[in-house]
Amino acid sequence: MRADTAGGEASAAGLDTDALLDDPGIRIVVCCGSGGVGKTTTAAALGVRAAERGRKVVVLTIDPARRLAQSMGIDRLDNVPRRVDGIDGQGELHAMMLDMKRTFDETVEAHADAERARAILENPFYQSLSAGFAGTQEYMAMEKLGQLRARDEWDLIIVDTPPSRSALDFLDAPKRLGSFLDGKFIRLLMAPAKVGGRAGMKFLNVGMSMMSGTLGKLLGGQFLKDVQTFVAAMDTMFGGFRSRADATYKLLQAPGTAFLVVATPEQDALREAAYFVERLAAEKMPLAGLVLNRVHGSEASRLSAEQALAAAENLDEARTENLDDARIVDQRAGKAGLGDQEAPDPAVTASGPTEPPLSPEAGQASGPEPAAEHEDTTENEPPHESIATSATTPDDVTTDADPGDSAGTTDDEIPSDEALDEEALGVEELTAGLLRLHAERMQVVAREHRTRDRFTALHPEVPVTAVAALPGDVHDLNGLRAIGDRLADGSAPAPAGVA
Amino acid sequence: MSRFQVVSGKGGTGKTTVAAALALALATEGRRTLLVEVEGRQGIAQLFGSDALPYEERKIAVAPGGGEVYALAIDAELALLDYLQMFYKLGSAGRALKKLGAIDFATTIAPGVRDVLLTGKACEAVRRKDRQGRFVYDHVIMDAPPTGRITRFLNVNDEVAGLARIGPIHNQAQAVMRVLKSPQTAVHLVTLLEEMPVQETADGIAELRAAELPVGSVFVNMVRPHLLDEDALRTAAGGRRKEIAKALTRAGVTGSAALVRPLVEQAAEHAERVGLEREQRAVLAGLGLPTAELPLIGDGVDLAALHDLATELRKQGAGEEGDA
Repeated sequence: MRADTAGGEASAAGLDTDALLDDPGIRIVVCCGSGGVGKTTTAAALGVRAAERGRKVVVLTIDPARRLAQSMGIDRLDNVPRRVDGIDGQGELHAMMLDMKRTFDETVEAHADAERARAILENPFYQSLSAGFAGTQEYMAMEKLGQLRARDEWDLIIVDTPPSRSALDFLDAPKRLGSFLDGKFIRLLMAPAKVGGRAGMKFLNVGMSMMSGTLGKLLGGQFLKDVQTFVAAMDTMFGGFRSRADATYKLLQAPGTAFLVVATPEQDALREAAYFVERLAAEKMPLAGLVLNRVHGSEASRLSAEQALAAAENLDEARTENLDDARIVDQRAGKAGLGDQEAPDPAVTASGPTEPPLSPEAGQASGPEPAAEHEDTTENEPPHESIATSATTPDDVTTDADPGDSAGTTDDEIPSDEALDEEALGVEELTAGLLRLHAERMQVVAREHRTRDRFTALHPEVPVTAVAALPGDVHDLNGLRAIGDRLADGSAPAPAGVA
Repeated sequence: MSRFQVVSGKGGTGKTTVAAALALALATEGRRTLLVEVEGRQGIAQLFGSDALPYEERKIAVAPGGGEVYALAIDAELALLDYLQMFYKLGSAGRALKKLGAIDFATTIAPGVRDVLLTGKACEAVRRKDRQGRFVYDHVIMDAPPTGRITRFLNVNDEVAGLARIGPIHNQAQAVMRVLKSPQTAVHLVTLLEEMPVQETADGIAELRAAELPVGSVFVNMVRPHLLDEDALRTAAGGRRKEIAKALTRAGVTGSAALVRPLVEQAAEHAERVGLEREQRAVLAGLGLPTAELPLIGDGVDLAALHDLATELRKQGAGEEGDA
């Protein structure tokens, strides 16, 4: 089912998230992956997109950042699905945040009579267990998912998974709790003699008595008693827990479910993603594909990092030579020495909007700055000339310590403040900066490609959607929509050009 | 300075890398540090390019000046069997308990026991002395659970001491709490210059303080270089495309006209990001904690990169503040 939901046999390895969201057969989408890769944001963005494509969606988040909750217009998400306002079209979006203790309490209340429920809820062992034993959150997420599905009020449930120690915990936890509840050990706690007797094995008897004794010593008698009381009170509910855990597990394996593994193009995250892919396959859980968040690209990719750096060097050299030119200018202005350090500044202040009518030499180049005038910097006249033609006098230039200051002193002499700000940087310097930024970007792109290729080599069958990185964080529905667009656009085999 | 340094942070911020660099940084001048991990991920082994670490302290790196870094992956189950052996001389009986599921119960199901064992083992290493009465490790650095769980993780001993009101576990829990709440301990948080991790850092600090756990430093990880004065860049680039195209041509770039727009757009994105980073820096500054910054290591962190990061941390005096 993996390839069907992802839009065809994955030769192009593109994950079509819209096809997934539009498929009425898909009732549950589970977003999983390691911490910090944007699982919750992805779940929310998919929720918004699915709702605006007409579905009635509920997003179950585990531990959303406050901002993310706010981005769905809900300041405090809680254990009850709340309708999100501002969704366009016929669909609906509801969002909720798992409250594991409350979910556990409600489960107990729903499945035990009042008196017994109270005994359980007041038990100290239960209170710790429900608030945070390793795995409660995972188990309760599955319990809640089962409940939401059973209500059948939504045609699509999008689930975020807990920020576990390992991305696999949430698959393991229900089973672990189940095996604990079913296990010998708990029955031993409830009725020690019975287990030993039934098993008919001497060593169990020995082990049992030694264990009660040891645990008693280790944990203190009261604790053991709390556990026993808890277990006794829960006794009738265990079957229910177990069968619901099994049912949810089966639900996850069913064709109506699609798993999305979320990662960023970084080694650790993709390694976890690879584990997860393997694990889902082993558990026969339907994987729809990989969402690769924060992928960088460049529309100027034909210019390699090396080329960009070399070009930046060229510009730097030209600039350094012009620095000398500028000093000469200073000296000519009779202010030798002072301007040394600030030598590039003449260029800065000089680069007025008077650019076009500049010296003929400048026409072939561009800016009025000394450096911009010519590649061959042995020529000293043009820089001098450009300064002379600019609104700034040599005196201003040499006495100004930095561009900011020169803005102050030369204010009245140039057309406008704004123009000055805009020209606060020499074009050589600016262009070299652009080239270096580009080189950095290209290095990031290359690195991401390598990590991604490693994953693809391991799992060529997994369709991928690459979500171009946003420069900032998501604050509102529009931000989530933008991510939704990127999720939908990212199924091209190569990362999108925009970043 | 604190002998026990706990490194937490939001997922994906590079806790393990920072913890490892800190262990290296603090191991200079012949000192010995122990780097422990508690989440069974073998992150340390991956980072140092070694085989999976066993439940055993072993040397994984040397620092300049003869210092040594040891590493230990604490396994709750083995730690429990350790204790049982230590306190009760349970050899084969330990295996019997395991068969019954008691060990599994204690380390995965019983609330907090797992965390008590993990923090307990780390604290034992912090307190351990050799025959001459000197500390075996000058510093113990823990690659700890993420910010969202760190307070609960460290504070679990309080809870357990309350649940198991007598017995060795109770005593153990209390002994651990004494170390954790003393100035011997510093809890550091790793963040990126992004809104969510910074917010989580601020929340985490508030929680740690409320629990009276000693907060150490903020480590800002993966800081990218600022290649230009961004304000100038943002305002300047827009109106000067022709000039830029010509400068590109002069610099030897062919077909420069088509490159200007994407280059300028990339610069605008960069400027936007830098602006956001500046805001986040201000938020972090408002926390009033010592801060250290670590550069982004582009090509994946290897041992050489860890040494670079350690040098960077030493330069910034990270981990040195806070006196025991």
